[in-house]
This record gives sequence, structure tokens and C-alpha cells, in this order.
Amino acid sequence: MTETAMLSVAARNDHEIVMARNFAAPRDLVFAALTKPDLLRRWYGPHGHRLVVCEIDLRVGGAWRYVVRAPDGSEMVLRGTYTDIDPPGRLVQTEVNEDCWAAAGVDAIVTYELTDRAGQTLLSTTSWYPSTQIRDNVLRSGMERGLGQAYSKLDRALEPVDRWVSA
Amino acid sequence: MEAAGYPSVDERLDVTFAALADPTRRAILARLTTGEATVLELTEPFAMSQPAISKHLKVLERAGLVTRGRDAQRRPCRLEPVALRAATEWLEGYRRFWSESFERLDGVLGDLRHNELSSAELVGDDLWTNDEQSGGAR
Repeated sequence: MTETAMLSVAARNDHEIVMARNFAAPRDLVFAALTKPDLLRRWYGPHGHRLVVCEIDLRVGGAWRYVVRAPDGSEMVLRGTYTDIDPPGRLVQTEVNEDCWAAAGVDAIVTYELTDRAGQTLLSTTSWYPSTQIRDNVLRSGMERGLGQAYSKLDRALEPVDRWVSA
Repeated sequence: MEAAGYPSVDERLDVTFAALADPTRRAILARLTTGEATVLELTEPFAMSQPAISKHLKVLERAGLVTRGRDAQRRPCRLEPVALRAATEWLEGYRRFWSESFERLDGVLGDLRHNELSSAELVGDDLWTNDEQSGGAR
């Protein structure tokens, strides 16, 4: 992966998770990939997961519904409503994850902002949760599902002193 | 969480990440991965006074990354790997979900850019004017 494809993820203030990533495609295509079921089915979810249902009624007040199937056969239902649609720069939708203990029944507000970077696209995603507790639980739920065992931050943190230790 | 009396995950991690942000403290942690050490032993490799090193150790202790032994003479310092792991893992599951999804999205976008016909159907003809002028996307 090049530097421009680095994904940044961070907790911001008491309510938000923010992500940013660059894509080597114009905003129209990225916007299409966020809103066309045929395209979403091809990328949404980590390796081994499949978007088996993807229903989208792309108008303000229109509903969306995804079913993500994990490799072990378990399914996660995500649904919500579009509240602002302004292609190719902005998309706002509510999101309820019916199967995640961390946020069951809670409406999150997800805002996608697409910024043109010389023909490429910076995609910023802000997920707003009604409380800090729910936001933190959502972040923790990913790790408890066993999706992540990466130690890259630790490696980076300790890298500058490896030389000294081995010297 | 405004009413709760304990710090959020976020606040606790802020303390941990702040502790990890300093090169001397990272060097101390790296030394402790090889086994416990006294303040004196930790001071030796640095051009720093023992009180300066002790100050760094206090920051690491507050972050839960280091504990001190009970032995009044030596009070050896030990690494607390669980705290270190919590700091490195908490965002990783969430990040992994999205970084893997976005890697697949890279592939989808690449296909679209190289397939003018299906792209035109999906997002409209006007998008491809520039590519056509410069000799096509292929």
C-alpha cells in the first residue's frame, strides 16, 4: 500500500469515530461505490465477509438495509435512513446495527465527505454516537470479535530503540 | 458517560499514548522487554540524571505500563505487557474491518476506471471526457 492509501482511525471528542482515506478515483466513482448495491456488494466487509443483502432507496428519508455474513455463517443486520444526499461531495445516513451488543437499537449518524484531491478522492467518514460509552463499546466490539491482533503500533513505538537494545 | 466517575477508554488511552510518545520512555520500555531492571541500571545507557529517569518512570507507572517491585532497596521496574497490548489493540478490530473493506474498494474503483462502458452506465457519461481526451483510460 502506498502512503496515500493509509487509513486513519481515531476517536474524536466524546461522541465520534473519524476515519480518513484516499482513493485513486474521482469523487463520482467513490460516491457511486457508497450508494450502488451492485458496487457495495463487491467491497463492503472485511475478507471472508459477504454483503448478502443490500437494499438502497437513495432519497432523503429513504431506507437502506445491509446483511453482512461472516465466514462462520453468522449474520449482522445494519439499517438506517438517508438524511442528506449531495453527490459527489456528501452523504449522511443514520445507522442501526441490530446485532452488535455495543450499539443494538442505537441510531448512529454516519457522515461521508468526499473531497477532490487532483482527481483523487479523500473520503472522510464521521460516525456519531449518542454517548461516549456506546462509542467506546463500538470500538471495543471490533477487537473482541477477534478481528484484530495487529501489533503495528507497538512495533512502531518500539522501533527507534531496537538498535540500542541489540547493541 | 458524563455522570460516570471513572475515565473513559479514550482518556485512559490518552495517558498511555502520551507515555509512549517520548523516545526515552520507549527506550526504557524496550530495555524492560529483556527483563526487570533497577533505576540505576536504566540510567546507565542515557546521558541523563537518575532523577530525570525516575520522572520518566513515574509517567510510565501512571500509564500502567510499568510497575515497581516491593524490595525497598532495589524497587526493580517491570514491564506490564497487558497495558501495552490494550493500547495497541483497541482500535485494531475496527480499523481492520474498514481497511480490508477499503482495500477491496480500491479494486472495485480500479475496475470501474478501466471499464468505461459500465462506469458510464453507473455514473454518467460526462465523467470520462478527460480520459478520452488524453487517449483513453487503458
